[in-house]
Amino acid sequence: MSEAGGSVTAVSVIEARELTKTYGDFTAVDAISFDVAPGESFGLLGPNGAGKSTTMRMIGGTSLRTAGTLSVLGLDPERHGPEVRASLGVVPQADALDEELRARDNLYVYGRYFGLPRAYLKAKVPELLEFAQLTDKSDAKVTALSGGMKRRLTIARGLINEPRILLLDEPTTGLDPQARHILWDRLFRLKEQGVTLVLTTHFMDEAEQLCDRLVVVDHGRIVAEGSPRGLIQEHTTREVVEVRFGSARNAEMQAELAALVADGQRSRAGLEVLPDRILLYTDDGEAMLEEINRRALNPLTQLVRRTSLEDVFLRLTGRSLID
Amino acid sequence: MDAPSTGPTDVMAATKERLRRRPGWIANLYAGNARAVIARGFRVIRSANWGVVATGFFEPVFYLLAMGVGMGALVGSVPGPDGQPVSYAMYIAPALLATSAMNGAVYDSVNNVFFKMRYSKLYEGMLQTSLGPMDVAIGEIFMALFRGFLYAVGFLGVLTVMGLVTSWWALAMIPVAVLIALGFASVGMAVTSYMKSFQQLDLVPMVLLPMFLFSATLYPITVYPEPVQWFVMAMPLWHGVELMRQLSVGYVTAASAGHALYFVVISVIGITAVTLRLRKLFLR
Repeated sequence: MSEAGGSVTAVSVIEARELTKTYGDFTAVDAISFDVAPGESFGLLGPNGAGKSTTMRMIGGTSLRTAGTLSVLGLDPERHGPEVRASLGVVPQADALDEELRARDNLYVYGRYFGLPRAYLKAKVPELLEFAQLTDKSDAKVTALSGGMKRRLTIARGLINEPRILLLDEPTTGLDPQARHILWDRLFRLKEQGVTLVLTTHFMDEAEQLCDRLVVVDHGRIVAEGSPRGLIQEHTTREVVEVRFGSARNAEMQAELAALVADGQRSRAGLEVLPDRILLYTDDGEAMLEEINRRALNPLTQLVRRTSLEDVFLRLTGRSLID
Repeated sequence: MDAPSTGPTDVMAATKERLRRRPGWIANLYAGNARAVIARGFRVIRSANWGVVATGFFEPVFYLLAMGVGMGALVGSVPGPDGQPVSYAMYIAPALLATSAMNGAVYDSVNNVFFKMRYSKLYEGMLQTSLGPMDVAIGEIFMALFRGFLYAVGFLGVLTVMGLVTSWWALAMIPVAVLIALGFASVGMAVTSYMKSFQQLDLVPMVLLPMFLFSATLYPITVYPEPVQWFVMAMPLWHGVELMRQLSVGYVTAASAGHALYFVVISVIGITAVTLRLRKLFLR
């Protein structure tokens, strides 16, 4: 590639510094800074209302920032929106498909918005429909498509300009497990081709599957940053024991269990008390469970599992991701 | 199936080159590609929406039949713009054309734009491409004008068939209908940028209906006491009605130019307001 952004492959494709967005008194994004490298798959992880979508919109220049600086492929999206978006593919949370047009025309018309030539689109649209497994739906009205199909059509639409960066805002929210796996597969193929992916999600498994690196966002601030594996190692233990005592006894068991995890464990060990269950972080879950049973604490249910990003978030904020 | 090719050639190179050359002050607002928005509008009309367009065409025809022909039988003839008596149907027909241009333009620029903005998220989708907000605004205003143009052509055809036009000047009613539509569409879109809920949209007919009924559309303005006349004459539709009425019989005077100028002025004001409100309309 010979154009401006392409010659500086070593530097970040997105560079945000103290990026801030306020709506009246409400601070949606609170001075966050991050970089995204070319070809990287970068995730913004956080609960609803954490400021993820607002950040995505600022990257595309469709939301104006309140303070801070932002550079996308060397340009300020606020001042060069159309030019920045020429290199972006955007998959918004609400599909925002054109319901007055058929599936095929959605792609074609969208390509024309990018100023792409008709001849290019005539070849590209069928190719993308096939990629999205929608070839037999090409004449269907958008309103007649299932949720998963709409999502795939939206992703296909986001690829019409062969973007260098694909922005995906909660790509699989509301999809059934099978549809999610199809979608992850498609995204993984794009990643293999060197497309930079920036995605928001509140699903841990999605972040673990797709992201090389992610930031955990809460109340508009970055509370942690790293690879999925790195974050889990840094912020939690190897395993977690989940025990339920029923809503009445849940709180009163806290003191007893706290003493348990404190026994000669590493600093990352500890417990989280959720409304319905208590999580005990430990490197040896089975041993912990044995100890609980030896002390005859009699939980209603018990479970040992590997820690996940959900636990990272819990440890950092004391709240569940899907708030 | 492999992932779609993202080969070494940059398919967006031409667009990027074009956008890079745009002056800085307009780079974020206007990508010079409003025609893509217009092409989308025509594609939608072609595929589905002729019904919506047709309803707008029939409305003035129904009024003409009921009021002009039906009630006109009771009224008989009335003095036309040049003082010569004309049939009542001939008297109100140009006014109905002006009203139809107004209604069509406002429908597109207020209801349609509001719905696309808040509910179907159409503009959100458009603005994730290389379009700027001004491309979208120009495209949508153009579609409103096209609607006004269609109504004008159709209605003028009906009038001609019914023998209600007597001058070649009547052909000028078509561009004038487009001018009226431009005035109302631009102001309408600017007003829409302030709208937050469907309830507020209900206020629009509350403005349009009295304007239609009282702008000397169905009877001469002289029935009002003088202060009321001044008020009516300040309203845009009155100027549209007067101008159309003069053209229908070929009675063109300096006053006709004045009426046209009125619409040029509110169009300029409306377009300026829309431009200033573009960010509020399309960006958050």
